[in-house]
Amino acid sequence: MTETMKQTESKPIICVKDFKAAYGGRTVLHDVNFDVQRGEILVIAGGSGCGKSTMLFHMIGLYRPAGGHILIDGDDINAARGRVLNRIRRKFGVAYQSGALFGSLTVLENVRLPMEEFTDLTNDQMDMIALSKLKLVDLEGSAQKLPSELSGGMQKRAALARAVSLDPQIVFLDEPSAGLDPITSAGLDQLIIDLSRMLKTTFVIVTHELPSIFAIADRVVVLDAAVKTIVAVGDPADLRDTSPNPWVRAFFNREAPGAPQETPERSRGR
Amino acid sequence: MNQTNDSESPSIGITTEADGWLSITLAGRLDRATVVDVWPKAIEAFGKTSVERVVIDASGVGYCDGSGLGLFAELRRLAAQRGGQAEIVGLAPDLQRLVGIAELSDPTAEELTPMPPPGLVTNVGRAVADILADVKDIVTFTGELTVVLLWAITHPHRIRGRELWAICEKVGVNALPVVCLLGAMVGLIMAFQTAVPLQRYGAVSIIPSIVSIAMIRELSPLITAIILAGRSGSAFAAEIGTMRVTQEIDALQTFGLDPVKFLAIPRVLAGVLMAPLLTIFNIVLGVSAGYLVMANYGYSVRFYINAVTNSVTYVDLLGGVAKTLVLGLVIAAIGCLRGLRTEKGPSAVGDSTTRAVVAGIVLIVIADMIFGVVYFYLGI
Repeated sequence: MTETMKQTESKPIICVKDFKAAYGGRTVLHDVNFDVQRGEILVIAGGSGCGKSTMLFHMIGLYRPAGGHILIDGDDINAARGRVLNRIRRKFGVAYQSGALFGSLTVLENVRLPMEEFTDLTNDQMDMIALSKLKLVDLEGSAQKLPSELSGGMQKRAALARAVSLDPQIVFLDEPSAGLDPITSAGLDQLIIDLSRMLKTTFVIVTHELPSIFAIADRVVVLDAAVKTIVAVGDPADLRDTSPNPWVRAFFNREAPGAPQETPERSRGR
Repeated sequence: MNQTNDSESPSIGITTEADGWLSITLAGRLDRATVVDVWPKAIEAFGKTSVERVVIDASGVGYCDGSGLGLFAELRRLAAQRGGQAEIVGLAPDLQRLVGIAELSDPTAEELTPMPPPGLVTNVGRAVADILADVKDIVTFTGELTVVLLWAITHPHRIRGRELWAICEKVGVNALPVVCLLGAMVGLIMAFQTAVPLQRYGAVSIIPSIVSIAMIRELSPLITAIILAGRSGSAFAAEIGTMRVTQEIDALQTFGLDPVKFLAIPRVLAGVLMAPLLTIFNIVLGVSAGYLVMANYGYSVRFYINAVTNSVTYVDLLGGVAKTLVLGLVIAAIGCLRGLRTEKGPSAVGDSTTRAVVAGIVLIVIADMIFGVVYFYLGI
């Protein structure tokens, strides 16, 4: 391996520097700084309304930050426009919370779409690659179905297959486990781990599902709505057990503030 | 242990203590059905005094739901407004915790009172700002659409043919029955309504000219355009608006695909291609239906056809149909624009659809007026 290649591999693939987000003059996040290493599974966690999805949408260039920079593989996505922005966007895939599959296209066509637009592959080649991606998420049998014919979990898996359609370096996932039953959720977690290990893909995942966080995250960035910034970064188990911040420990231990010390099964009779 | 009584209607006892505070004793069940019995009494008693401190003895309260919490909150608010406070004593531990959770941190906080309704100046200002934003949207979108249409003309192989075909079917083939029906009815009604006055002057023979000129030059393009605005413009706005709500448009953008190019081109092309074809069907049915009235007066088909062909020229026909190319473009474009600008929220798609239809019909009339003036000066 050459020295240049080693340097490239050691550089973080995403750098968030002094990031600030605001809606209509109201600051939502400020002083956010973190890096994402190549091949890492990084989870952005926090309570409802803390700005997790806002952070994600800025990272994929849908919103412009009120301050700071987000570098994707060295390129500032928020300063880019037009073709430069599209070139940066081709370095990553995104799977949205709702799946966001195109309802008028079959599952196979959804996965094929990025290839049709950005590659010179033949139809047969695209079909085979798309089917392989669907096989990865165990959906090859649903290739010719419309998204409306799929369950919620299947839609999320199809969205993941579409997100990796162009074999991007980074995959962003917004609440992949939200609304799924525990078994389907665990299956999706395992799929993310497998794809990360097999394809060496970097994953940035927004979620507040604790079982998923503990199952998949190499590191967690924790946002807190009260202070509108990062309150912890690290291994989820370490944060749960040893974080100096009591809110972070309560978050990972799933403790309600001020709750009475009683068993959940206590009688609720009036 | 507190003696509670949760099976009875609530009772209230009110005493003004000698050292200047109000004691309210509540007992029984405080819920949505029963709280109305004690609420007015408590508020009235507080209003009659000038005390700043209220002590609520709730040791006899056996059950309290959100309505009971509301009574406690109201007494706290009233006391706080006088610079005092309301204390609740004697509640069972579970209820004490419930009341504690629901306690307002500042009952007199400004943000708890409703905002005054906006005044006339604010409303006018907002309306003007909305109109200006709409104009800006339309100008920006027109520019974007022009660029992508030029791209589509120079790269016809990149147009998604199957999608274009499917949209053409929805816009054109599926609209054909209603377009034909309305054309025939309007042609028939026009011939029928003009026949009665013309008969008095012995001028029934000019009915074919009236029907054919009116249908070809003006009515058929307008009827077709209004049907398209109601059927297809609204459908485009709803479809694309739903895609906005379900993040499909965000997904397109993060793929590096231009939503205007991807979504608007097939729809606008379908509008431009189908509007003239539908107009021709509308004309044929409208003019043909006019003959039913003429047949009633004993005129032959040959006479009717000759009268029509002598009254209108190819220029009339081309002028009418050419108009629909522009109307089709306007309707499809406004539907796509409204869909792409859909906000978030449960009523957003409905709002976009309504705005697409209203704006579509207004723009149809404006465009038709402009065509009328242009044709007049061109002598068409």
